[in-house]
Amino acid sequence: MAVATSERPNRQVDGGFRAPVGNTVRERFTQLVLFLATCVALVVLVTLLVDIVRDGVGGLSLNFLTQYTSRVAENAGIRAGLTGTLSLMVLVALMTFPLGVGAALYLEEFAPRNRWTRLLEANINNLAGVPSIVYGLLGLSVFVFFLGFGRSLITGALTLTLLVLPVVIVASREALRAVPREIRDGGLALGATPLQVALRQTLPAAIPSILTGMILSLSRAVGETAPILVAGAVGSRRADNEPWNLSEAYTAIPIQIFDFVKRPQEEFQIQVASAAIIVLMTLLLFMNSAAIIIRNRYARNR
Amino acid sequence: MDQRTSTQSQPTTQPIRLETGTAARTEQPTAGSAWSKDTGAGAAPDRSATRHDVVFQARDVSVHYGSAPALVNVSLAIRQREITAFIGPSGCGKSTFLRCFNRTNDLIPSARITGQIDYHHQNLYAKDVDAVEVRRRIGMVFQKPNPFPKSIYDNLTFGPKVNRMKVDFDEVVETSLRRAALWDEVKGKLKQNAYSLSGGQQQRLCIARALTVDPEVILMDEPCSALDPIATAHIEDLMRELEHDYTIIIVTHNMQQAARVSDRTAFFTAEVESENDDRRFGRLVEIGDTSMIFSNPNDRRTEDYISGRFG
Ligand SMILES: Nc1ncnc2c1ncn2[C@@H]1O[C@H](COP(=O)(O)OP(=O)(O)O)[C@@H](O)[C@H]1O
Ligand SMILES: [Mg+2]
Repeated sequence: MAVATSERPNRQVDGGFRAPVGNTVRERFTQLVLFLATCVALVVLVTLLVDIVRDGVGGLSLNFLTQYTSRVAENAGIRAGLTGTLSLMVLVALMTFPLGVGAALYLEEFAPRNRWTRLLEANINNLAGVPSIVYGLLGLSVFVFFLGFGRSLITGALTLTLLVLPVVIVASREALRAVPREIRDGGLALGATPLQVALRQTLPAAIPSILTGMILSLSRAVGETAPILVAGAVGSRRADNEPWNLSEAYTAIPIQIFDFVKRPQEEFQIQVASAAIIVLMTLLLFMNSAAIIIRNRYARNR
Repeated sequence: MDQRTSTQSQPTTQPIRLETGTAARTEQPTAGSAWSKDTGAGAAPDRSATRHDVVFQARDVSVHYGSAPALVNVSLAIRQREITAFIGPSGCGKSTFLRCFNRTNDLIPSARITGQIDYHHQNLYAKDVDAVEVRRRIGMVFQKPNPFPKSIYDNLTFGPKVNRMKVDFDEVVETSLRRAALWDEVKGKLKQNAYSLSGGQQQRLCIARALTVDPEVILMDEPCSALDPIATAHIEDLMRELEHDYTIIIVTHNMQQAARVSDRTAFFTAEVESENDDRRFGRLVEIGDTSMIFSNPNDRRTEDYISGRFG
């Protein structure tokens, strides 16, 4: 033994623990490139924000939020768009939650693993990638004409529901899948039925992630213009806007922005449109923050 | 210890491979048995029987996952209010076999079970047997502590709630925690999340949770493998305590544990069956009193495994 040890090549390191020169340089260089890539995104975002805030902040006032639109830029407001967007949000949430979570629960917890289920899953995943304007056309032909809902609030809400449903289903399934198998086993071992386990253990454990996914998809829906434009939101609605009247015509903030930009006067194109964009972005910021808060609180409770 | 030695001194005359502790029965359970949903919750397990009554009689039980056999032709009896340990190298089908006793294999789509398991003369796999009801009366504790991500209190009331047991929840919580030797440690923080407990406490909570639905049998699948030696000792003490009222089957890879806590030990192995087929099937090698298995086993393979000479 002693002989073998002494014959082993001496592994004394000459250069101590210094890294080979090439490695350090390559490492630094790669990091720099990655940092610059981040900067590009950041610079674009900041420029955009600064530009919009500079143009629009002058047009912001309480009146801007509470007044209907007008032919005169100083009097124009986005009350119709704001109430329309908020009612769309509530309606879409009310319809998406049960449908999306129900479908996700079925697919994740109960569906037999067969060809039919796989086909269904593949379809849902593909639907999540369909361009939003296609949903607009679907809404136009099905809700406006075929079902005769006309160009009304409910048509817009249904169209947006169809748009976000696949995303919500996919996100909810992932949330359910993240609930450890052991929790289900524990419930079943107590003599609970699979349905009881799904509704009382698995779903509650997944609800924070489901909500996060819901809010993020809602904020996508709220910013959408094309589908509801095609499915009949009106561009400039002046008065009598009752946000809860499902069969009434409606508008939404993105639609109003689109309308403002199309007008000939420069005040509308720049100041009023930018002010409306600020409102929309603030709304989205709030929704995304809510999603992050829910996620963080959930992470802390674990 | 004393109490166990006394049971070990009972003469063991049964043949080792196949237990025929009770005469072979051919009668099938009658329809509308205690397993059907409607009569379920009311039927309390009969605890008046004497110690050596047979709770489970497994006959020629084989389990396949898809077309691959995991366990072949296992026959043995589990006796009432004893601790039976399943030991053997990993992959020999101990967990698979354990899951047969409360029909959790039913939840694995690819699993297929043949043979018969009688529970108090009733075929567990008969048509009119409700697997959910089986799982209520035959509790299970898992390898990794798996409390629900809820309060300690809610963990313990879930079982009684889903089984619509007409009980005082506070009382159930306290009794089950006391039985699981956890009451003194958690009585002041029942509303706290169960995840705030240590691993050993979580596992005792899971045992308490299993007790809340008043099972007759508790199946434990390597309940200490995620725990430190002190927590393990706690659980072992607890098991010996529970043995007075419950029938326990424990899978363990720790032979000292089997020797310490169990009354009887079943040794399983997985061997290549033939030269032109290298698939391994789990098989029962032998079952007998723990003292006998550890001191004087009938089979060479048991001896090799226990003395650490196993390949
Ligand atoms: N859910 C499953 N699906 C397919 N094969 C399984 C499943 N569970 C266990 N097996 C297989 O069955 C055999 C026995 O496994 P298991 O019962 O877990 O053994 P043990 O508990 O003795 O380690 C192993 O070969 C394992 O791969
Ligand atoms: Mg196992």
